[in-house]
Amino acid sequence: MIELINIHKAFGSQTVLNGLNLKVPAGTTTAVIGPSGEGKSVMLKHMIGLLTPDQGEVLVDGTSILGLGRVELNRIREKFAMVFQNAALFDSMTVYENVAFPLEEKTNLSRDEISSRVETALLEVGLKNVYQKYPDELSGGMKKRVGLARGLLLEPQIVLFDEPTTGLDPVIRRAIHQLIKETQAKFGFTAVIVSHDIPDIFEVAHHIAMLYRGEILQFGTPEEIQGSDHPVVRQFISGSLDGPINSGVA
Amino acid sequence: MGHFLLHTLYALVRQPGRPVHVLKQIRFIGAKSLFVIVLTAGFTGMVLGLQGYYTLAKFGSDGLLGAVVSLSLIRELGPVLSALMVTGRAGSAITAEIGIMRISEQIDAMETMALDPFKYLVSPKFIAAMISLPLLCAIFDVVGIYGGWLVGVKLLGVNPGSYFTEMYRSVEWKDVWSGMVKSFSFGIIIAWVGCYKGYYAGHGAEGVSKATTESVVLASVLVLVWDYFLTSILL
Ligand SMILES: Nc1ncnc2c1ncn2[C@@H]1O[C@H](COP(=O)(O)OP(=O)(O)O)[C@@H](O)[C@H]1O
Ligand SMILES: [Mg+2]
Repeated sequence: MIELINIHKAFGSQTVLNGLNLKVPAGTTTAVIGPSGEGKSVMLKHMIGLLTPDQGEVLVDGTSILGLGRVELNRIREKFAMVFQNAALFDSMTVYENVAFPLEEKTNLSRDEISSRVETALLEVGLKNVYQKYPDELSGGMKKRVGLARGLLLEPQIVLFDEPTTGLDPVIRRAIHQLIKETQAKFGFTAVIVSHDIPDIFEVAHHIAMLYRGEILQFGTPEEIQGSDHPVVRQFISGSLDGPINSGVA
Repeated sequence: MGHFLLHTLYALVRQPGRPVHVLKQIRFIGAKSLFVIVLTAGFTGMVLGLQGYYTLAKFGSDGLLGAVVSLSLIRELGPVLSALMVTGRAGSAITAEIGIMRISEQIDAMETMALDPFKYLVSPKFIAAMISLPLLCAIFDVVGIYGGWLVGVKLLGVNPGSYFTEMYRSVEWKDVWSGMVKSFSFGIIIAWVGCYKGYYAGHGAEGVSKATTESVVLASVLVLVWDYFLTSILL
């Protein structure tokens, strides 16, 4: 279980998280929704210690990850996988090397075993004949899928997905959601998905958290969120232009 | 920056990185600098031959040219100039590479895999620089000495025997050794500044380009300043 307690985070004079509280239940999928630029990625990075809060507490399975040394922090991070919004593939490695890298560095598997696992993982995300390509030769959606394959390969206990389907075509998007749902059910990991895919995400997640103005506005089951009478939540999930959320577009 | 160096030294001892990564970096920092090192060394030796001859001939002691050329190269110009050339060629590239990895979250990705970026990115570059710089410096010295020979002996007619005899007579092991120590420490400076500036690069392409410029300027200045202090200690 991941707990964010009263997290405050500002970059310079810009306050991004403002007393955020969130409990991510273990073994289930929690989706975080909310307008762009509201701090969803920043929140995710706090969970794995890439960012440290100005104030507040981050607990992973009951242990605070703040103020840990590198060795202890890495021990906690062993539980995690993170799929980055922009994929964050190693650009001087091929697709194959990217996916194989964590296996080579963290396991004692044989070369054949690694290659068969990498192939399976890439097939699962619908990629073939791209093993020897470099990340800059792939489309954005393909990169995302490579990132996903790389993340799921080590069978983590907690997976953080930062907009895994944004920018993908509808068919691939469905397939990725299906894949996340199935692997989550199969391995029972704790998943946090930052997503804009409404209403698809209601099918994938067990819980939904709405992030707005640096706080979790509402947390609940997909049914509760869909039936919410909070004007901000209602506007966001209906995609309406009228309401408290100002799109900022004239 | 001090903390960064300590962390690197710790990583070097604990987990020096894979030999294959180190070899790749030696190829990049060392082998690929060969051409520019040979070129600059040749011309440095030649201009030393020219200037040295001009000055020495005034005192009728142009036979000492071999000693002058080789001592200036081995003690001073070899280590410093090769370090400056490598800074321009490889130091800048180290900063750009690590900087791009920083801004595209590749370093973050590595950290989330519980893999230490110091082990994979920083350590191999340090080891490679520490190995490559003394070797490049040695090549610089040798090529430079032959450059001086070319101008002094072949062009200006210095006695071919005395060029090398005077060189053997005047160059001591201590001179060679001090040049190597300098070179080794310049290797550390180049890798340290290059990695540090990349690791803490600012935002976007502009952040990386700024980091690269700063890296070259800072490393060059540090090499010259450190050279002065080291010389005053080693003399
Ligand atoms: N490293 C950073 N330095 C400064 N500002 C940042 C940084 N990371 C994010 N921000 C700012 O924090 C806000 C939230 O960003 P982010 O979490 O990426 O939004 P999103 O909800 O779309 O994922 C944005 O205004 C962004 O500009
Ligand atoms: Mg984001």
